[in-house]
Amino acid sequence: MAKKAKSDISFAPTGMQSPEKGGVQKGVDLPPATKKKHKSLGLSNDQVADMYAQMYLQRRFEERAMQQYQKGKFGGFLHLYIGQEAVSTGTVFALQNDDDIITAYRDHGWGLCRGITPKSGMAELFGKATGCSKGKGGSMHFANVKEHFWGGYGIVGGHIPIASGLAFANKYQANGRISTCFFGDGAVDQGALHETLNLAQLWKLPAIFVVENNGYSMGTAAKRHTVAEIVDRAKGYGMKSAVINGMDVFSVYEKMKEIADDVREHSEPWFVEIRTYRYRGHSMSDPQKYRTKEELEEYQSIDPIERLKAYILKEGIRSEADLKAVEDGIEQEVLDAVTFADESPFPEDSELYEDMFVEENPYFHV
Amino acid sequence: MAVLQFREAIKHAIDEEMSRDERVFVMGEEVAEYNGAYKVTEGLLDKYGYKRVIDTPISELGFAGLGVGAAMNGLRPIVEFMTFNFAVLAADQIINHATKVKYMTGGQADCPVVFRGPNASAGQLGATHSVAYDSMYAQFPGLKVIYVSEPNDAKGLMKSAIRDDNPVLFMESEQMYGLKGEVSDEQDFIIPIGKGKIKREGSDVTLVAHGKMYHIAVKAAEELAKEGIECEIIDPRTVKPLDVELILNSVKKTNRCIVVDEAHPFAGFAAEVGFLIQREAFDYLDAPVLRVTLPDVNAPFSKSLFDLWLPGPKQIIDAVKQVTYK
Repeated sequence: MAKKAKSDISFAPTGMQSPEKGGVQKGVDLPPATKKKHKSLGLSNDQVADMYAQMYLQRRFEERAMQQYQKGKFGGFLHLYIGQEAVSTGTVFALQNDDDIITAYRDHGWGLCRGITPKSGMAELFGKATGCSKGKGGSMHFANVKEHFWGGYGIVGGHIPIASGLAFANKYQANGRISTCFFGDGAVDQGALHETLNLAQLWKLPAIFVVENNGYSMGTAAKRHTVAEIVDRAKGYGMKSAVINGMDVFSVYEKMKEIADDVREHSEPWFVEIRTYRYRGHSMSDPQKYRTKEELEEYQSIDPIERLKAYILKEGIRSEADLKAVEDGIEQEVLDAVTFADESPFPEDSELYEDMFVEENPYFHV
Repeated sequence: MAVLQFREAIKHAIDEEMSRDERVFVMGEEVAEYNGAYKVTEGLLDKYGYKRVIDTPISELGFAGLGVGAAMNGLRPIVEFMTFNFAVLAADQIINHATKVKYMTGGQADCPVVFRGPNASAGQLGATHSVAYDSMYAQFPGLKVIYVSEPNDAKGLMKSAIRDDNPVLFMESEQMYGLKGEVSDEQDFIIPIGKGKIKREGSDVTLVAHGKMYHIAVKAAEELAKEGIECEIIDPRTVKPLDVELILNSVKKTNRCIVVDEAHPFAGFAAEVGFLIQREAFDYLDAPVLRVTLPDVNAPFSKSLFDLWLPGPKQIIDAVKQVTYK
């Protein structure tokens, strides 16, 4: 290697803080959205309306959660999913109800579309006994296991091997279920993913591993933290793969349904990159100096909820007044959830020692 | 009673539990076609087939996590690590996931997984293959940690571990696999987790020793008996939950205690037992509780240094003489 001046040596690719050295690295490039209309995707008018309601609920729930956080109603971390709602919604509509879902800590949207009510979700954020995880998990650990939502996990990449275990058990028990695992682009750099992809392909596990590539691993643009195209990781494992436009719920639905059918039929895993965008910071304390306002606005201009709303109106699936009524209903539901969370009791002190072990009177070292 | 090798005792336990419960399966490096790196799983592939005895790649993090997920989703995995020294790569799955998933979901998911394999040193294997991890894992809430010393304990406790609905770490030793001992042939022989055993009665000093160190303690006790010092040896068998009562009762009788532990000294099992004794039996003590542990030093390769590093009977004998003022 030719000698360089010491001042010219650098390692991580430069980003927003050194525009002169490489300029802005845009988070993600979206693949084209599907051109199919809902009927040709096999979706009824009512299903499309339900999709809209689900996405709108996720959005309003988090906007209210953010407000409550800022008011100091609860502490801890709050990672918002706003902007990514088409991914959770399109997927859940594509899967069967008993297919397994497991995700990372940006988990509110996933919980809401897998049976966690706004009340039990908001109460969980508040750390109340009425929360979906009895107030013991908080924002990062929503879970609704009886409806096959195995929860949100807080160690980046840590839940990916667990997803393969869910799939392993499904194959072992020949129950026809498939497992889906969602994680951010940051998790792509963890060894856990690579060990799991190898195991899953080798053992033909019925699983879909999905990168929700929202462009940023906390404050580091995807192109600054990982080499090449993320989806191409699949090639190294001989795994089937796809890239999906995550800003369009129909695109997510169409492709995820095809993939889910394929996994169910062949018991072979897929590696999928769904490109999307988060509007808010990584968590609530993020000043977001790593991206431009223009980039954010570009994605907000193709907002998945607005896009679906425009489609619904254009296709005459629902009227403006119908949608307004749905939105108002959801708004009220979320406000009621805030009241419910606020008025719910904190867990009893004795709860501190509950749920550590299965047995009634376990041993605790003192 | 049948005389079995340590490895056979573990295998019999796994075999019996696999016959009893379809959900139990074994996975790990070389467990199936190779018949086990240390032959613990010998013959299980032939008997149970490829669905239930599964060779894994060398991906400790990956397959440990797979075990956690499979346990959450209705199975009862036995995950073999070729040694717990390699399980450090899987520590995230053990510490952050297996032990926490039930709690952080408010009780919605259980994780009945057994992680098993040899622990600690096994001769001149160098610095990275020689660490005792039982104390470290016992630090974390939500785990049961077993480190047995004899075939009978191995069988009874392995069966308990597999039936337990919580995550359990079951530790063995490469150097004990060939050790023979009488093993109960009682139908469905079980030793409850958390129960220690008085393995030698004596009135002068209590030796608390588990795992491989138990055998060092026995040698020391035999030597000391020749000099008229009678050691009582308590093998806790389970590090956590710890059978504190059994230890305390013995100390209240002998008034002296040496804790022999294969871990490094700082904040380990020996430190914990010493603390418990001072808190619960302070008035009974005729001498400070002493410990015999590894030094605060990595395992050396050279035989001369290795022998200096690993606790032996002499260190126990010296400690006993110190507390008995002989």
